[in-house]
Amino acid sequence: MAKRSFLIPGVDKRLLIKDSIKTMPDVSRRRFIAGGASLGALTLLTGCDVIDSSSAEEMLKSVSKFNDAVQDFIFNPDALAPTFPESAITKPFPFNAYYDLDDAPEVDGADWKLEVRGLVDNKKSWTLPELYKLPQVTQITRHICVEGWSAIGSWTGTPMRDFLKLIGADTRAKYVWFQCADKDGYNSPLDMRTALHPQTQMTFKYAGEILPRAYGFPMKIRVPTKLGFKNPKYVVSMEVTNDYKGGYWEDQGYNSFSGS
Amino acid sequence: MSSLTVTDEQVSATPAKVIQPAWVRVMHWINALAMILMILSGWQIYNASPLFGFSFPREYTLGGWLGGGLLWHFAAMWLLMINGLAYLITGFATGRFRKKLLPITPSGVLHDVRAALTFKLGHADLTVYNYVQRVLYAGIILVGVLIVLSGLGMWKPVQLHWLVSLFGDYPTARYIHFFCMAAICAFLVIHVLLALLVPKSLRAMIIGR
Repeated sequence: MAKRSFLIPGVDKRLLIKDSIKTMPDVSRRRFIAGGASLGALTLLTGCDVIDSSSAEEMLKSVSKFNDAVQDFIFNPDALAPTFPESAITKPFPFNAYYDLDDAPEVDGADWKLEVRGLVDNKKSWTLPELYKLPQVTQITRHICVEGWSAIGSWTGTPMRDFLKLIGADTRAKYVWFQCADKDGYNSPLDMRTALHPQTQMTFKYAGEILPRAYGFPMKIRVPTKLGFKNPKYVVSMEVTNDYKGGYWEDQGYNSFSGS
Repeated sequence: MSSLTVTDEQVSATPAKVIQPAWVRVMHWINALAMILMILSGWQIYNASPLFGFSFPREYTLGGWLGGGLLWHFAAMWLLMINGLAYLITGFATGRFRKKLLPITPSGVLHDVRAALTFKLGHADLTVYNYVQRVLYAGIILVGVLIVLSGLGMWKPVQLHWLVSLFGDYPTARYIHFFCMAAICAFLVIHVLLALLVPKSLRAMIIGR
């Protein structure tokens, strides 16, 4: 997951005000527009307003959708993310979020239940002890952040595809949508083909220990074929659905597929 | 209006030789735009997690924040890749690369670099590239290929795992991508400077002659 970016000084104020007025109600859209407005750099270079921020925004959104399709097309469900020896693990593995570690959710494992919704046969909620009883596997893979940095970690948990089978999920559905306990509400959609990838994991342990709070206790979704922000932590519910329900970062402009 | 009569004089006054054919000019300027978009958005992405102890000034970045920079980068990449691929294919197919960029000999390069530094390098015939030009143009084509391949590898380190392996691993590909960018920026400075010193070369890249 990445740090949240705010409007930063240096943005052309006239453009910003103009754009802000028409888009005031929607925070995410406002932040996106700030990007368009600071195209000042390009405007200065060319000496004219070649790039109108709202038409540029539309163009970029369409290309991002096109890139989703391209990535879905080249996604090979059998291609495995490279795995590493234990000696390659990054220590300490970085904590990264749009809030400080002090503000990370404190989930009470005794109260917590994983809620299951949508196109599944068995909608029963799962307690932590129930989930811990499922067969688990360990993977040592590289986590790649949308910011560019990467780190190698060891994650242990239940393959998502086994769990989806167990609950009788309709695997022809398009997405598994996760909701999390992060402040401001974190959520993220995962395309079904990626959810069924052999390395996509419901993670309960980091480096052989119960998942610490910093890394998403009680459960994170480890997806080594996606960028880090598509690996939700502090998961509280999952929904199997055909609807694209958006996501915390996806709604702000990060490419939705963001596959590796 | 009187009708035009063709005289012997007019026939013999053949138009100036085409220095840069239309396809070169079109692809050159598309590439220039794509490169600038890629560099400015790339700086935005770099700033999210700098590899070294510096960041690029915000005024010279594109997109406003990381998400915007990424959108620009992954949009302009199509322009860069499709145009670049068309350029490579046409350059090889028409024999232009062979005719204009080869041979490159060490003695020729040394000679012309020395001449350039003492401002004695002639530019009478723009259709023939001197050795400084040959080295720079051939070199920047290679860097262009390298930056696209390392970028593709970083974009798809699992699907294109073999590509990342070619560079070592993901973090190494990231450094190579950065250094290619630095090389392109250095090339840009020299390239623009030299074009301004020999304005008729710039004219040739605009109107062809």
